[in-house]
Amino acid sequence: MYTVADLRKGLKITLDGDPYLVIAFDFAKPGKGQALYRTKMRNMINGTILDRTYRSGETFEPAFLEDRTMEYLYKDDDGFHFMDNQSYEQFAIPESALGDAKNYLIDNIKVDVLLFKEKPIGVDLPNFVNLRVVQTDPWVKGDTSGSDSKPATVETGYVLRVPPFIEEGELITIDTRTGEYSTRVKG
Amino acid sequence: MTDSWRISRRSGNLARRAAIIGELRSFFTARGYLETETPFRIPAPAPESHIDAVPADGWFLQTSPEICMKRLLAAGYERIFQICRCWRTAERGSRHLPEFTMLEWYRTGTDYRGLMEECEELLREVAKGTGFGQSISFRGKEIRLDASWERLSVRESFERYGGMPMEDALTGGVFDEVVAERIEPMLGLDRPTFLYDYPAELGALARLRADDPTVAERFELYIGGLELANAFSELTDTAEQRSRFMGEATVRAARGQLPYPLPEKFLAELADMPPAAGIALGVDRLVMLLLDAERIDDVVAFTPEEL
Repeated sequence: MYTVADLRKGLKITLDGDPYLVIAFDFAKPGKGQALYRTKMRNMINGTILDRTYRSGETFEPAFLEDRTMEYLYKDDDGFHFMDNQSYEQFAIPESALGDAKNYLIDNIKVDVLLFKEKPIGVDLPNFVNLRVVQTDPWVKGDTSGSDSKPATVETGYVLRVPPFIEEGELITIDTRTGEYSTRVKG
Repeated sequence: MTDSWRISRRSGNLARRAAIIGELRSFFTARGYLETETPFRIPAPAPESHIDAVPADGWFLQTSPEICMKRLLAAGYERIFQICRCWRTAERGSRHLPEFTMLEWYRTGTDYRGLMEECEELLREVAKGTGFGQSISFRGKEIRLDASWERLSVRESFERYGGMPMEDALTGGVFDEVVAERIEPMLGLDRPTFLYDYPAELGALARLRADDPTVAERFELYIGGLELANAFSELTDTAEQRSRFMGEATVRAARGQLPYPLPEKFLAELADMPPAAGIALGVDRLVMLLLDAERIDDVVAFTPEEL
């Protein structure tokens, strides 16, 4: 059982029998009024987006999902393909159900595939993944523009802001919960 | 994992924050206000139904410096201000931190309308002094500080944006939802808005309007949909204040919230407090506004999650 205090981006709950993923969350408190918990949720089965505002004291059932560790294999027109390394079963998940997770899927990465009634409907990523920078502009020493970050493209095609000293070919750690650069992987 | 890069990227924002706080201080000092430093840890916060204080060694961390500052008014201080930390349990969001910085100022011999004018002067001067000018851009809107600021009563705001009369929202128990979802996002979009005259039951420490006791002399300042400040014509009637505190305490008890002792010294001294008005302005929010920051996280050195 979750309470409003547990609400955050990424939480999965059950509403009217369906699993929902919280995709945006904010706390509001209009002028000395009561606390309001504003959420945007995506139905993990049909993709419907719901806006709901909750008050203190409300509780939620977790989404009842099975998770199985699988390896990411490849992508084609049917979506992203994963394999259960225990049973060698393969599953395809459409891009729309993956959300931001597709930014971090490199070949052979192991993720938790979420199944609802035997059907794969999404993935859970590790909080941090290491990805290689494939394109970024070089850092000009003595740059006085005052810029504290620059765009970089990583091997999955995802583009994010990184510190100026990051160079092409370097491995960086990304926080998958925020999509932000975290650190440079040394060595 | 380290947060260093994220923290280092805020250095520009923190420099501007320091400049803004410097301007706030100069504004009040130049106007003859005394800067006060009242204790953070106090025995009895003002009982308010939706604000929870953090317990601290038998007492509480202040949720606002209000009680101590009003005792100073009662003791004869006429113009006082304070920039300090306040704590409120479980308040965390894109515009909330459980530990945040508040600017409060109090002045005798004026009411909430006098504070509206002073608010206008303060923000114009701070924006000018820190190089932001009189037109600030926030979330894609250009907001003119030098235009005449809008004054909109809560009742009018329900008629204009709320989709229902204020009374219906109160009896239906949806006042806060309507304000948060329909009204607030429409306020202060091209010039700042004072939302004023709140229902009497929503101003625990505010004086009621003599010509309409169904509303309290209270306003909130909104700029770019962001709530920045809350002000009252201060209630100086001891019996009335005690009965309102008891009412709030009853609501808190019914909800199972932590009970506070009544601030007896404050109540005893309230009778000596001259007519006055006071206002609390969220400094982190003001910095967010001037810097067009998306989250409150962007304008502080550390968030609780980074500790």
